[in-house]
Amino acid sequence: MSWFEKSAETPLRVPTEALWVVCPSCKAYVEKDAWKQAGKVCPRCNYHARLSCRERIKMLTDADSFEEINAQVTTSDPLNFSDGSGTYAAKAAATKAKTGEFESVVTGTAAIEKIPVVIAVMDFKFLGGSLSSGAGERILLATEVAVKLHRPLIIVSASGGARMHEGIISLMQMAKTSAGIARVKEAGLPYFSILTDPTTGGVSASYAMLGDLNIAEPKALIGFAGRRVIENTIKQKLPDDFQTAEYTRDHGFVDCIVQRRELKGFVAKCLRYAGF
Amino acid sequence: MATKKQVKRTAWDTVQLARNPGRPNVTEYISMMCEDFVELHGDRLFGDDRALIGGFATISGVKVMVMGHRKGRTVEENVESNFGMASPDGYRKAMRLMRIAEKFGLPVVTFIDTPGAYPGADAEARGQAEAIAHNLEFMSTLRTPIVVVVIGEGGSGGALGIAVGDKILMLQNAVYSVISPEGCASILWRDGSKAPVAAEALKITAESLKKLGVIDEIVSEPAQGAHTDPKAAAAAVKKAVLAALKELMRLSADELVAKRYDKFCAMGRYFEVKGK
Repeated sequence: MSWFEKSAETPLRVPTEALWVVCPSCKAYVEKDAWKQAGKVCPRCNYHARLSCRERIKMLTDADSFEEINAQVTTSDPLNFSDGSGTYAAKAAATKAKTGEFESVVTGTAAIEKIPVVIAVMDFKFLGGSLSSGAGERILLATEVAVKLHRPLIIVSASGGARMHEGIISLMQMAKTSAGIARVKEAGLPYFSILTDPTTGGVSASYAMLGDLNIAEPKALIGFAGRRVIENTIKQKLPDDFQTAEYTRDHGFVDCIVQRRELKGFVAKCLRYAGF
Repeated sequence: MATKKQVKRTAWDTVQLARNPGRPNVTEYISMMCEDFVELHGDRLFGDDRALIGGFATISGVKVMVMGHRKGRTVEENVESNFGMASPDGYRKAMRLMRIAEKFGLPVVTFIDTPGAYPGADAEARGQAEAIAHNLEFMSTLRTPIVVVVIGEGGSGGALGIAVGDKILMLQNAVYSVISPEGCASILWRDGSKAPVAAEALKITAESLKKLGVIDEIVSEPAQGAHTDPKAAAAAVKKAVLAALKELMRLSADELVAKRYDKFCAMGRYFEVKGK
């Protein structure tokens, strides 16, 4: 590689990078404050960057209304699993230390424009937002709390799928959480699923696709099988828009695509249509 | 029939047996176990998936709705049945047949034998994730007994999509897993050839799954595997299915649904929860 090609590929290092964020999509420099103000949405290309569960809760619920429940439910290691790079227990401990969270989903009670709800928010930073026994248990308990308090349930998904370190137990969380959702619906309560980037695998094939309303953020990756797996199966290259939120809506599996800054108001409006 | 002294096999040996092309498939189990079979076709929405078949059947005088993933015996059959990888149309057909079973008061018997749900572009377009998710939700509330038999490969969400039942039986040399050993090895070990190690770590054999509380009963196979004596294997499955049906058909629909909910909710519950 010659020197000029290299410089064209690597953006110039900006000494003041503490003040700027580079949009991962269009590579535009965005003022850090503006980036945060916009909820990590690029003002130039509308790229919706991933949020942590705490950032999401802050944007979606009324100030100081969120009260976490079942925070003591955390990861466990039913298979005593280790792989080529070490034990699952060590990996989970490191993730907990890094993120300050104890599972890939945080659940609690909150209010959205003064409407009381039960909310569960996944965090992709916690082992890819993977669905584990701890995460499944937290979601199931959230569904039970929704029924008990007679409140709508909102789940914000961000997940690559089941956590394979927990093997079959993680697979069973798909059945368990879906059973919980069924009871929320039987109680006549609304369940809104918000699909954010990415919502794939076992999470899309359970609670994330079961909303009375399925609401997605723009361009979010939504699908069951991974792109590479599909390309290897059908021996064809897939189009760029395959498995985007827009593709999923156009095929009939998502009700609406909503801009992040409008999400809270949109959810509140739909909750009012649901009689809350 | 199985002898007391079973050959000690590694998990990887069991994977090979579960995938043995001579292993009896769902069509053969139905014809060996049932006096009568009336195949019912189609999901009433798109088509008739040949990878997942079902219909009315009679087992020793007991009328049931039977269904299962279909692996072929010949190349032609496998092309037609997509090697047992069902599409959304297959899962929706299964749900339609289960609705009929509920309406007519027939117990449901499902046979699990799939590498996984079909990872194709058309399957994604028609909502593979949604189809599986809805089955999980729907089966958790179905008001008729469901007996599940894992006869070969229990491949992830594609297997679970018809495997939420009251009694989960599993043939001795079948496997059931969140991901294939090859897939797990290539992701976590970054080396597909580590599949035998992954197979061990994932705990996918009937013996391990019984210990984990995911299956209820192991059905013994002929010493060298079901393919060496399909009639004996079918007789053992028939006996176990009839015993399970006898037990479940005594329960009321309310009891069945409540017990099924508790059964799946207990999977991966490792924490005491306050106020429960």
